[in-house]
Amino acid sequence: MDRFVFLTLDGLSRGSVYAASALALVLIWRAARIVNFAQGAMAVAAAYVAHSVTSATGSYWLGFLAAVVAGLLLGALVDVAVMRLVDHRSPLNPVIVALGLVLLIQAVLGMVYGNEYRPAETPFRRTALSVGGVAVLSPFDLFVFATIAVVVVGLAWIFTRTAVGLRMRAAAFAPEVSRLLGVNVGGMLTLGWALASGVGALAAMLVVPTELGLHPHAMDLVFVSAFTAAVVGGLDSPPGAVVGGLLVGLLLSYVSGYVGSDLTPLAVLALLLAVLLVRPAGLFAPVAARQV
Amino acid sequence: MSATRAAAPPASRRPTAGVRPAGGPRGSTLLRHLAVVAVAALLLVAVSYGLEPFRNFQLATVAAYLCATAGLTVLTGLNGQLSLGHGALMAVGAYTVALSQNAFADRGVTGQWVLPISLGAALLTTVAVGAVIGVAAARLRGPYLAGVTLAVAVVVPALTVTFDGVFKGEQGLPVPVEPPPAALGPYFPYERWQLWVAGAATLLVLLLLGNLVRSRFGRTFRAVRDDEVAARLAGIHVARTQVLAFVVSAAGAGLGGALLGVLAQSVSPGAFSLTLSLFLLMAVVIGGLGRLAGAVWGAVLLVVLPDLTHTVSDLVTLPPAVAQRLEGNLPLAIFGITLVVVMIAAPGGVQGLLSRLGRALLARWRPRRT
Amino acid sequence: MSHMPRVARHALAIATSITLLVTAVGCTGEESDSGGRQVPGVTDTEIVVGTHMPLTGPASAGYSKIAPATKAYFDYVNANGGVHGRRITYKVMDDGYNPANTQQVVRQLVLQDKVFAVVNGLGTPTHSGVLDFLKSNRVPDLFVASGSRSWDQPDKYPGTFGFNTDYTVEGKILANHVKTSLPGRKVCFLGQDDDFGRDSLAGVEKVLGAGAVVAKQTYVTSNPNVAPQIGAFKAAGCQVVILATVPGFTALSVGTAARLSFRPQWLVSNVGADHPTLAKQLGAGAPLLEGMVGANYLPMQDDAENPWIQLFTRVNKAHNADAPFDGNSVYGMAVGYLFVQALLAAGKDLTRESLLAAVAKGGFQGPGLAPLRFSATDHSGYGGARLSQVSGGKQSYFGPAYETDEGDGPVKEYAVTPATPPANGVPTVS
Repeated sequence: MDRFVFLTLDGLSRGSVYAASALALVLIWRAARIVNFAQGAMAVAAAYVAHSVTSATGSYWLGFLAAVVAGLLLGALVDVAVMRLVDHRSPLNPVIVALGLVLLIQAVLGMVYGNEYRPAETPFRRTALSVGGVAVLSPFDLFVFATIAVVVVGLAWIFTRTAVGLRMRAAAFAPEVSRLLGVNVGGMLTLGWALASGVGALAAMLVVPTELGLHPHAMDLVFVSAFTAAVVGGLDSPPGAVVGGLLVGLLLSYVSGYVGSDLTPLAVLALLLAVLLVRPAGLFAPVAARQV
Repeated sequence: MSATRAAAPPASRRPTAGVRPAGGPRGSTLLRHLAVVAVAALLLVAVSYGLEPFRNFQLATVAAYLCATAGLTVLTGLNGQLSLGHGALMAVGAYTVALSQNAFADRGVTGQWVLPISLGAALLTTVAVGAVIGVAAARLRGPYLAGVTLAVAVVVPALTVTFDGVFKGEQGLPVPVEPPPAALGPYFPYERWQLWVAGAATLLVLLLLGNLVRSRFGRTFRAVRDDEVAARLAGIHVARTQVLAFVVSAAGAGLGGALLGVLAQSVSPGAFSLTLSLFLLMAVVIGGLGRLAGAVWGAVLLVVLPDLTHTVSDLVTLPPAVAQRLEGNLPLAIFGITLVVVMIAAPGGVQGLLSRLGRALLARWRPRRT
Repeated sequence: MSHMPRVARHALAIATSITLLVTAVGCTGEESDSGGRQVPGVTDTEIVVGTHMPLTGPASAGYSKIAPATKAYFDYVNANGGVHGRRITYKVMDDGYNPANTQQVVRQLVLQDKVFAVVNGLGTPTHSGVLDFLKSNRVPDLFVASGSRSWDQPDKYPGTFGFNTDYTVEGKILANHVKTSLPGRKVCFLGQDDDFGRDSLAGVEKVLGAGAVVAKQTYVTSNPNVAPQIGAFKAAGCQVVILATVPGFTALSVGTAARLSFRPQWLVSNVGADHPTLAKQLGAGAPLLEGMVGANYLPMQDDAENPWIQLFTRVNKAHNADAPFDGNSVYGMAVGYLFVQALLAAGKDLTRESLLAAVAKGGFQGPGLAPLRFSATDHSGYGGARLSQVSGGKQSYFGPAYETDEGDGPVKEYAVTPATPPANGVPTVS
């Protein structure tokens, strides 16, 4: 039972980070109909900015802030300088461009920082607090949960309660009508990219310290899990991304704890197939997804 | 917006000159393709005598990748299904050929007929695996299909570690291959023989795919890609067509992987990672999606890229500290930028660019002649 | 009109074929004159050798520093007159730890660049795939950078020699430490899910007995979360944990254990025990490494008293742009030194046969703390290791060096004092 509690909490803690990354994917998908394969690499770039700022100033929180700002700017830059110019008639084109960006970003990071692992700091201790002899959660885990809860609630508030959020949704769902009504559709799209990339950067700041450390490829595997989470939840559904992320985190933890870590990829595939064969557009897809 | 709209196939405004069924009588298509293949085969033999062994090997590797990129072109370019998992299908072919060749070698069975049997076995196994994935894929669209194929790309290499009793884990399996037939003489370079084997198999695949593309099946593939609803109204069984496209494509990938294993004389999971799947996709898109000629450029790119790595770092002489950082990273950065620029400036890829160029030249040339 | 492009295409095809044929004929002309008895890669003034290494990609961390260090040592030797008047040119090819790329780059080295030998090709899965190719082209394949036992097959691969202490020998020596210094403790084992982990576990169990390891766990590099495994160790009450892990996963295991308030005695394989690498990765968590026991067979990089380290630091300053000096640098230079020794022993009339004969003859004295086992029947590298411990943020050796075999032989002390380097840092004919 202790082991079950331990694995569950460990899975939830990682799952919440997958949830944040998946949320970033969902944001861009809803805004631009693009699966941003470069999100992991962009987030790592932001984490490197944090690393530089933290080593220069000695302050974790300045670095944290710098990462989020860098994420926002990078997202806007990628939209304005690259994605806006891509011919979107074939859905493949943005995918390929994103893959090109992955290569470019990782290579540039490798040139600037070298292909070494660098330690990633945490603002709180990662030593787990014990309750009744069972190691439960560390202060850092609590920080992760709190941050992601704030992000989820904040995004929900922006999209449902603010004028900007309303315009972004309008621009995404009915661009022509929105343009006629005076909404700056392009600007809203850029804002969407910036927001998503900022959330992605935040996720990187939370997950990199729990893994091998900072490295140009640090988010590769997280991206695969996050993409899986987004697909399982349904790319059009932010709540789906959160549920999908937690589900994938739990699954990975249980399988490597009870069965063997080499079987985790197989478990992920099984989850994907089980969900998608029943609901081809994810768990939280609108019911009448296909009209034919 | 529903998921269906999202995953809607590309607007069919893409110029389809290269893949449109040829005007003229049906029978001549096969004959013309046969003639082209025969010329290509002769050319390949001539080239194999002219090139150094390493270039022969590189060309053989291009041929092996070409099987896979041609298959992917049929699936993604003609049928509109996105696959991030073709590297895994190549792994299936490669491991089948390895297990089969080892089984023959262990029993002391030798002879030049052994390899074709193993390659056939690899083809059949991949077709079976492709059919299973294809059935699942036919229910899915756009990013959901990408998600499943991505998972396949991650799972298949991992399985070799899980079942390391059979697949020998990360270390992989050797692929024992016979030396060239004695009839070719005792000093026949091994790399030339490799090119002949890979070239023959690939030309056969291209011949079959070329005919398929221009047949009734090719037309139904494109009809499903362009508009599923219209295709259904026209009496096409959409799901069946998609499964068929997946199976054909998987066969190409499987044979390509098998050839790659035969060329390398070894197979291991690291050679068929997710990166390979992504590179295959990038290669066909840069080459020019929607035509088999684009697949050729893609395959060339896959082989030239690592070579470029070396050449670029050789060209620049820099202080060691800088050189160590640029080594390997610089070519990747250049490749990344090229990828982005090509997609923005010439979304039709290399082949699209060449066709445009060719048309422009012809347009200038024709008025003067007539 | 619709067939006009086709005509153009055929014209293009014909033009291309003519060009290619012309080129082809041109090449054949050049090819025929290389049939002499010349040794590939060797001239009166130069020896060209090559290697394959991961310089990019996730596996390149740390390893990417080995080849530059080897190259720096060769440059040092070249600056001191070379070997029998020949300069050594070292071609380093990046394979990104991808076996498919290794196939390409090794063929390029052998067929295109015509290297004399392949030296220190890195990685078990990558190098396994080129063994047959190197054998059929009779290319000496020296000092493979991996502790797999595959390199020691003199009958099957007469041209291949290892370098690293193999994982089984290392496992036996680590287990011997448990047996003699930590008796009665509960021993657990975490290994990579491949030959590395398996061979190491086999060595551990040879010394401690099959049932002695209480909990055995594995990890795969594609899943950077070892909390489930470490949690199981904690639940099993492990007191000693033996790690057959790469550096990233050593750091991860130590860090994960700390956050579960689990503090066992760590015993770490040489592959994953380099303190500077681990400390860098753990950052503020570096003090967690206090007390960690590691195995190694080369001098410690920060042992300023050691004459070899003095030599290698000097070479690093002069020829490697004073790159950060760590265990990988020592390793790379030690490989370079051994190769120069082998070249010298092969004599002035250098051929591939004479080089292999010189290596198989053995008897090399260098920076190593354990014996090099090379002989006609043994192609494995170092046959032992010495244990080190981290204390006060510094990793230093303690106790004697040990030697043993992969079989059931005992773990013995190796009492031979290490050689000192020659005054000018370049080996002489022994």
